[in-house]
Amino acid sequence: MSNTARANILARLKETPPQPSHTSYSSPDKGRLGGVSYDWDTAERVRRFTERMVAVRAEVHHATAETWLDVVSQVCAAKGLNNLLVSPETVLGKQIHAQADRFPTLKTYDQPIESWKQEMFYGIDAAFTGTYGGIAETGTLIVMPSVDEPRLMSLVPPVHIALLEVNKLYTTFAEAVQAQGWVQMGMPTNALLISGPSKSADIEQTLAYGVHGPKELVVVLV
Amino acid sequence: MTSTFRTTVRTNLAKPEVRANFYRAMDGLMTRRLDQFPDKAELERLRTQSMAIRANALSKLPELLETLEANLTRNGIQVHWAETTDQANQIVLSILQKHNAKSIIKGKSMVSEEMGLNHFLEALGIEALESDLGEFIIQLDHEAPSHIIMPAIHKNRIQIAKLFHEKFPDIPYTEDVDELTQMARRILRDKFYATTVGLSGVNFMVAETGTLCLVENEGNGRMSTTAPSVHIAVTGIEKVVESLSDVPPLLSILTRSATGQPITTYFNMISGPRKPGEKDGPEEVHLVLLDNGRSNIYSDPELLATLRCIRCGACINHCPVYVRIGGHSYGTVYPGPIGSILEPQKAGLDVHGELAQASTLCGACSEVCPVRIPIPSILNRLRYDGVRRDTANTNTVGSGKRRTLSEAATWKTWAWAATHPTIYHAGSSLATHFKGMLPTNLGAWTTVRSAPKLAESTLHQQVKNLGVDHE
Repeated sequence: MSNTARANILARLKETPPQPSHTSYSSPDKGRLGGVSYDWDTAERVRRFTERMVAVRAEVHHATAETWLDVVSQVCAAKGLNNLLVSPETVLGKQIHAQADRFPTLKTYDQPIESWKQEMFYGIDAAFTGTYGGIAETGTLIVMPSVDEPRLMSLVPPVHIALLEVNKLYTTFAEAVQAQGWVQMGMPTNALLISGPSKSADIEQTLAYGVHGPKELVVVLV
Repeated sequence: MTSTFRTTVRTNLAKPEVRANFYRAMDGLMTRRLDQFPDKAELERLRTQSMAIRANALSKLPELLETLEANLTRNGIQVHWAETTDQANQIVLSILQKHNAKSIIKGKSMVSEEMGLNHFLEALGIEALESDLGEFIIQLDHEAPSHIIMPAIHKNRIQIAKLFHEKFPDIPYTEDVDELTQMARRILRDKFYATTVGLSGVNFMVAETGTLCLVENEGNGRMSTTAPSVHIAVTGIEKVVESLSDVPPLLSILTRSATGQPITTYFNMISGPRKPGEKDGPEEVHLVLLDNGRSNIYSDPELLATLRCIRCGACINHCPVYVRIGGHSYGTVYPGPIGSILEPQKAGLDVHGELAQASTLCGACSEVCPVRIPIPSILNRLRYDGVRRDTANTNTVGSGKRRTLSEAATWKTWAWAATHPTIYHAGSSLATHFKGMLPTNLGAWTTVRSAPKLAESTLHQQVKNLGVDHE
């Protein structure tokens, strides 16, 4: 069925003479939003990013390489977290694990989800992940899940704490795709843009947070 | 004869609560969209760019679909093609059967609505559960979506509170939106935990990288495509774009046009199933590419623009007809202006051709369309196709099927009279003299308006009296 359907559909499409585009599609415009380019310095990018994130009820904490562990520790304490899912393999995760006594019980995602799905869905309070970068214009985290920080870490626990390095904060999505060479490096199985905690306005256009994903998103900017 | 469409419209116009729900929602959406585009020039440039991206993709659609298929396959995603919704349903069923799955959890997908997938599966004893909050609500009430991005927009908080209480009597009654949302979260989380097959739609497919993109706020799309061990995506063949750099402008104009958000909470880019060593994600990812009349639309250079649609719903949000009659009145999967051009083309002018008539051609839809689809022109074309006698030069399904002898004869007589000055002058003069005898009841027109009255003298007489020499 499928092969016949494929052949029939493609044959019908190919019967049609090539359709001219209504407007010439000039490559210099590709990826740029309406031809607009921004000239935001680092401070402006941080300001815009923070403004956008806070507008969708995410928490943004500013820290340095020396203070970020304190900030994460304080966030965990303030939220009364019982546990925190952290990779022991990433550079950042190693630092948290090295000071485990300052954090809630540290959990690791060291086996396929099938082996511990129940605990992941019903027993994990929060997860800490790194990020691949950020987008200032929209207040967005770029997350590319990996073997060490799998996909469900940023989705299932009610609190997601993410660290974003300011030098990876780009102005626009288009700029990030280009500057980080996404096409050249090959896309990972899953890549995500995350702009705040899960939300919905399906009931009477009233915003409600924490529908299926995290109820709270905490961004630590370093 | 009164059509089903007219009957439904009449019924829905008589529901003040539903009309108020639509008015409130649409007013808010229009304001929020406007707020997102403070710079009018930027908006127009972005619309032109987005139109060009979509037009470019369509101009090489067969080649891009082949590239997409090759790259998806290379990435480990299994690609299936379906000419009809029946075929698409069978493909989904065969995947479910292969995994002995008795249930499926769905992220939001309008193409699955187009397929009638839920009814198809339920008839076979397979549970199809909607996990988008709006879809979950209307599924509880056995309703179809009334809007393509806000399916439960016709209901207010109180109606939803009563519905939840009726369906889940063990949970205390509440009208609090946060509490209602948390109820749905708890119920659906158990389902995400236990269900082995998830289904989603697709917003954009990137040929260059073999990537499926999903736009959403809630996480139902991420959950449905990540937690179950099998992910099935269903989409129309037109959703492909050429390169990854095409995506940022489209994403930006999509979310801003749809709900007035600069971006949605999640933008999910899926380029493959779980790789060896990865600890989660589906073991299998399938993509079902559905035609269902799209290749026929593709064959007409004028109607092709219909396929540029990125399903933002802005035309719906700005349509004065939609806001009054509501989404359910259309009796189709896609309502509003986009539905009024898409549905008659898919199902045929004999089935849904009347929708093309249900427009004032005010042009609000084309003014806001982020990819500049000339909806009023296409509505006019479909009106013409519906009544044309010579159907040799059109592929539109059902062309000529709306032609009636009486209407054709009326216009033929009019054309003949208007091109014979003696007859025309005699006719208009007679009508002016006997204007008192003209009927005051002109059917539907005069149910809400006064019948037009002829002037004391004809235009020709008035012009003559003014001393204007028409020669």
